[in-house]
Amino acid sequence: MRSLLSFMVIVLFSAGLFAQTGEAIQVSGTVTDMTGMPLPGVNVIVKGTSRGTSTDFDGVFSLSVPQSATLLFSYLGFQSKEITITNSDAINVQLQEDASALDEVVVVGYGTQKRKEITGAVSVVSSETIEEQNPVRIEQALQGRVAGVNVSSTSGSPGSASTINIRGISTNGDNRPLILVDGAVIEDLSVLNPNDIESINVLKDATAGIYGVRAANGVILITTKTGRKNSDLRVNVDSYVGLQETTRKLPVLNATEYGAIINEAFAAGNQAPPFPNLSGLGMGTDWQDEVFRQALLSDVNATVYAGGEKSSYSIGLGYLDQDGIVGGSAANFERFTGRGSYNLDVTDALKFKASGIYTHSNRSTLLENTLGSVLFNAVNMDPTKPVRDANGDFTRATGLGNEVINPVAQIANTFNATQVDKITGTVGLSYEFLDNFKIESNYQFNYSEVRNRSFTPSGLDYGAGKVFNNLGVNQYFVNDSFFRDYTWDNLLTYTNTFAEDHNITALLGMSAFRTSGAFYNFQGLGVPGNTFEEATLEGADQVIDSRTVNGGPNEFDQRLLSYFTRLQYNYKEKYLLSALLRRDGSSNFGPENKFGYFYALSGGWVLSDEDFYDSDVVNFVKLRGSYGLLGNDRIPAFAFVSTLNGEGTYVFDNELVFGKAAGRLSNPEIKWERQKTYDIGVDLELFNAAIKITADYFNKRTEDLLLTPQVSGILGVTAPGASAPIVNAGSIENRGFEFSINYNQIINDDMDFNIAYNLTTLKNEVLKVGNASGFIPGGGFGFGQEPPARMEAGFPIGYFYGLQTDGIFQSQAEVDAHATQTDATLGDLRFVDQNNDGVIDGDDRVNIGDPIPDVTMGLNFGFNYKNFDFTAYAYASIGNDIVRAYDRNQNLTNKTNYVLNRWIGPGSTDSYPRVTTGPNSNLLFSDFYVEDGSYLRMQNMQLGYSLGNDVIEQLGITKLRFYVAVANAFTLTKYQGFDPSATSGAPIGGGIDQGFYPVPRIYTAGLNFKF
Amino acid sequence: MKTKYIYRLFLGCLTSLTLLSCGDDFVDVAPLNENSEDYFNTPEDYELALVGAYDLLQATYLNVLLGEIASDNTLAGGESATDTPGIQEVDNMTHTPVNQQLRDIWGWMFSGVNRANYILEFQDKIDFEGKNEIIAQARFLRAYYYFELVKWFGDVPLAVDKRLLFGDQFTVDRTPAAEVYAQIELDLMYAAENLPATQQQEGRITSGAARALLGKAYLYQDKFTEAANALDQVIAGPYDLVDDYSILFLQEGENSIESVFEVQYTDKEGAGFGCLQCSEGNVAVGFNGIRNYSGPEFDSGFSFNVPVAEAYNAYEPGDTRQDNAILDIEAFAAQTGATYSKGYEHTGYYNRKYLPLKGDANLGDANLTNPNNYRSIRFADVLLMAAEAHNRKANPNDVLAQQYLNRVRRRAFGDQDHDIVATGAALTDFIFAERRLELVGEGHRFFDLVRTGRAAQEIPGFTPNKNELFPIPAIEIELAGNRWEQNQGY
Repeated sequence: MRSLLSFMVIVLFSAGLFAQTGEAIQVSGTVTDMTGMPLPGVNVIVKGTSRGTSTDFDGVFSLSVPQSATLLFSYLGFQSKEITITNSDAINVQLQEDASALDEVVVVGYGTQKRKEITGAVSVVSSETIEEQNPVRIEQALQGRVAGVNVSSTSGSPGSASTINIRGISTNGDNRPLILVDGAVIEDLSVLNPNDIESINVLKDATAGIYGVRAANGVILITTKTGRKNSDLRVNVDSYVGLQETTRKLPVLNATEYGAIINEAFAAGNQAPPFPNLSGLGMGTDWQDEVFRQALLSDVNATVYAGGEKSSYSIGLGYLDQDGIVGGSAANFERFTGRGSYNLDVTDALKFKASGIYTHSNRSTLLENTLGSVLFNAVNMDPTKPVRDANGDFTRATGLGNEVINPVAQIANTFNATQVDKITGTVGLSYEFLDNFKIESNYQFNYSEVRNRSFTPSGLDYGAGKVFNNLGVNQYFVNDSFFRDYTWDNLLTYTNTFAEDHNITALLGMSAFRTSGAFYNFQGLGVPGNTFEEATLEGADQVIDSRTVNGGPNEFDQRLLSYFTRLQYNYKEKYLLSALLRRDGSSNFGPENKFGYFYALSGGWVLSDEDFYDSDVVNFVKLRGSYGLLGNDRIPAFAFVSTLNGEGTYVFDNELVFGKAAGRLSNPEIKWERQKTYDIGVDLELFNAAIKITADYFNKRTEDLLLTPQVSGILGVTAPGASAPIVNAGSIENRGFEFSINYNQIINDDMDFNIAYNLTTLKNEVLKVGNASGFIPGGGFGFGQEPPARMEAGFPIGYFYGLQTDGIFQSQAEVDAHATQTDATLGDLRFVDQNNDGVIDGDDRVNIGDPIPDVTMGLNFGFNYKNFDFTAYAYASIGNDIVRAYDRNQNLTNKTNYVLNRWIGPGSTDSYPRVTTGPNSNLLFSDFYVEDGSYLRMQNMQLGYSLGNDVIEQLGITKLRFYVAVANAFTLTKYQGFDPSATSGAPIGGGIDQGFYPVPRIYTAGLNFKF
Repeated sequence: MKTKYIYRLFLGCLTSLTLLSCGDDFVDVAPLNENSEDYFNTPEDYELALVGAYDLLQATYLNVLLGEIASDNTLAGGESATDTPGIQEVDNMTHTPVNQQLRDIWGWMFSGVNRANYILEFQDKIDFEGKNEIIAQARFLRAYYYFELVKWFGDVPLAVDKRLLFGDQFTVDRTPAAEVYAQIELDLMYAAENLPATQQQEGRITSGAARALLGKAYLYQDKFTEAANALDQVIAGPYDLVDDYSILFLQEGENSIESVFEVQYTDKEGAGFGCLQCSEGNVAVGFNGIRNYSGPEFDSGFSFNVPVAEAYNAYEPGDTRQDNAILDIEAFAAQTGATYSKGYEHTGYYNRKYLPLKGDANLGDANLTNPNNYRSIRFADVLLMAAEAHNRKANPNDVLAQQYLNRVRRRAFGDQDHDIVATGAALTDFIFAERRLELVGEGHRFFDLVRTGRAAQEIPGFTPNKNELFPIPAIEIELAGNRWEQNQGY
């Protein structure tokens, strides 16, 4: 490592020797806005080079420039200005505010571009937007803000992840976009404190191809806040407290209704009614009331910024504590973040930067969204039973099916904690030489330790036959994971202007990425002490080490080696062109297919800069287009070789013995998924940038999808720990339209407002599934039934495959006339005999919906009046279907109150079947269980008040703002379940609701304080 | 390591960014787990691979469960008529080539074959003392898995000393059952000759196990003389009947003197429904369990595989096996105050030999991690098979047949008053009847009825010239390139 550094220094300094050319003059001056207020931090650059400086706190700059050089002054939110230097007299520059922000500098991957010059489909979310929303997790700031980006929560529980899909689901595998924080790969965004984010840039089209084999799902570039040079010490303190509650309780039957319905069902099944006397049952226990509660949320952040002439730094600290609306502190997320950044100009040309983020978090969870999860049990538990019996013990849930247990007992006996310690660091050095060149080397790394502990006490008895019972010894699970990765980028940039108008930026770079890790999983049986706090592996009767079970080290090591080049050219910022090429080598593929080439071409035309263009209404028009080839290598490592990581465990002498066996079948020919994508877009500004419009049409076709097809059983693929090989055998297309419009209006000095609206349409279609059956199943519904979701050519990925209903049988004649339907009688669902073979069976299943929304929309409204500010933000999702799968449908489980509208005789209803304990086929997966999950949600409303300038000055502070906000205020939907917005995010099997943990409504009050 | 890479990358690449080939070995990463093609380098490697081949024995829980349900002994049961349709259909003899459970048996048994063949493919790689014993166990296991396949599906692709690898499925054909049996015989003869009569570890295959399975394989081919010879050698020792039938299927009856071959299970490591074959427990036991049971002696389960009254009533008065083999839950509940609920097709009876027992740890999913070993070949079974072989062979020895049969009956009744003195065909019928009574609940009945030609008369819904074999799963025919003919009648 030392030899490396010395080498680096030699290279950089030897290059520097060539940098001193021409006769230079020292020029200085002051930059102000139109009112004469000094502007700190204005970029002052010698045009056509990358040499420059920035103004200090008083707007003053000083720079050595070649004779008759042109200085370019640029500042975010102001129009740029060029001044040609003839002598060394001090110059005063006034910059005009610019509503259009076309000069805003946007990060586009290994470099920046002015917004006007961008040829790709790039969206930006600023720190202001994040501030307006106070998200607990950073993904929430993206939902509905950026056209083409769909964010869905996998759960409303504290610390739970969200799923981000950029422009649809393009693979049956891993659909996560590549996320880089200051250049470092971050897979889990929960470690980031939203307050630390300066901006989020989303690369949506082929121009993301600069990231090659990892770019197919889009790229999100997150920049953290840094200090500014020449600024006094500034301190920001942000804090809020919140109260969370559920937005919805399911209308289940009360005890009396329950007793009556159960009696009716038993009578229909020729069984004795279990509740001969209904009087006295009353309302019974409301199990949802027993598990839902109001829960607290609190967050405090402090950030310090300062900068001297040559350096700047910032330090931030943050703490978040969130309890869950189900289970309270049993579902908790706690996060501490510390962050620092430092920039130093060693010389005018040599710059150093470093940053680090440390995160410590603790999370405890309850079982969610599956058979037997807490909410699933709260909905299905018998309401006639009390929480505790006469002895004060938790009531046992006898007779309700093996998964349904007393949810309050379940919460009380759930013990787990996951602690994450993570350090992310970046170090970078850049050197400018020969006026036009810049060489840069950045090293980013992550190191994290994830320690998960869980405990199952002995003597757990939830009732006879319950799957959660643990009547034997206690069990203590210790899972430690260690992850480390680094990304090392080396870039050479050349920037020049030829003949005044030809602007060129050329980039040459290489990047090495390595991620590795190790997992240690132990199961202790019969550990001393029968509490979570006391549990240790020492002294356990038996400790099982997963490495012995799987026959080897639980480690991984994946690497990527990439070279890339990009040429950006524009003529007068009017004709824009960009071309990029990247070569990636991935350790995920075998020797034959390790390396791949990816490319993208994009172009733009600023029509409004043409001489012939003349419009006072539409002031700016840019047409854009891009085409490229991207890749996806996110598959398990070493799928190209056959390894002995299967499970080969047997029992001799009544003890487990661990042998070795083959794991996944190998496929040496495996290669990356290829995505061909194009985008056509237009950017418009109207009425002097009061209205801004961006529209895009995109088409992404993923080919060579990595699938795990079904293969012949004679190959031993169903052995424990074995599986079918991964093959490239599918194709998916996503196409859609994105539109966003932003309207800013300043009414007078006291009043302005802003409205932003965006819309995304998406059509997803599977083009090919190259396995024998032609489909891949997924998800779960009911018990012992086939998976309800499929990926199949001609349909959206993960569409629901089931029987179609056609009302209710109203008469025996109808039953007799209908195709043979097992056990069908009056009052049962009537299924459509799709193939007209006279029998209702699995062959009659058809497409009965899909979980992908056809259209998503976001509407943001902001209004400022004097010292008050108000923002509101709504999100809508249209056309996403949800499978209602939270009913256990056992004889004695509780039911949602639609059964009150059940069929009770001919003509009573054509929608809801009869209740019975007898044999029937009403529980088969059909469109009766598929609902339209479209919804409109008021995501956030916030009202703030800032102290006026006179008060602030008296107090000697910069800003003090108080606000109140409601997140997730209300949701308009026809969906019966808890939350139409939640989905597991699985490409095949998403949108199946087995008791989602709903996203809470949060009332918050907070303050922003700057001095 | 890391520094070296960086250094090489740096020197090779940064200074000459145009040379694209530099540093490419950075992405050559060797897998951390052992490569299956570079294995078998030490005796221990063979032993570990052998344990992997034993593993699939535990997956035969399904063969036992489904085999019993297929017979006239039990009904499918379960939660409802739609609980695990594949099991319900087999019970009703309405099964089709689309059946998940049959596909499981197909895939799991071939997994066992492939793991045994993995060792045999590399059997000559190194030499060491004791290798013969490892090879012998691997060959027994291959024979065991193939015997199951040939019992269920008839002609099946036969692979000898080589794995079926990806691509082979498109070329391999179904081998006639007779040829598969021939290989089974060869494997078991080799195993019998190269294994000791007793093993240090409980659960290891012995020469007796190999001879007993060989005798059984002969019996299934009506090779009675050969069967009698093989089984007589097993009867010669060291096995005996356990005196008390009532403890035979309890914890204390495991790996007893009566156990010729026993599939080992434990309650120490479970699995989920996603990978039932991964459980180290006996999954069938949880399926057999009493629905929502609460009371002494037993744990609760899924109420599958419920015996019919006719099976319970088949016992003569005084037969101690009746209530030890089949649990009359109504009588038991009345006597002990236990509670339970009625599942689908509730008969009032449970398969007492393989019920979840109180006091087991049942780690993981309690219903899927029962430690009850499966008594695959019991000495009583050997005696009855030998009796049948001697009675049905070309030169019958009915005296010996009676002796073997009565040894089983004397244990059952605790006296000699119930001895059978019949000969010839009458004796054959007595032996057949005794097999049902002795072995109810152990998964043999359906195949006994089929091989003796009595299935159609005994099993409701059984279609002759069809249901003797189960269909090859349609998807498996498809995945092998649509070249195999389906079994007759499906």
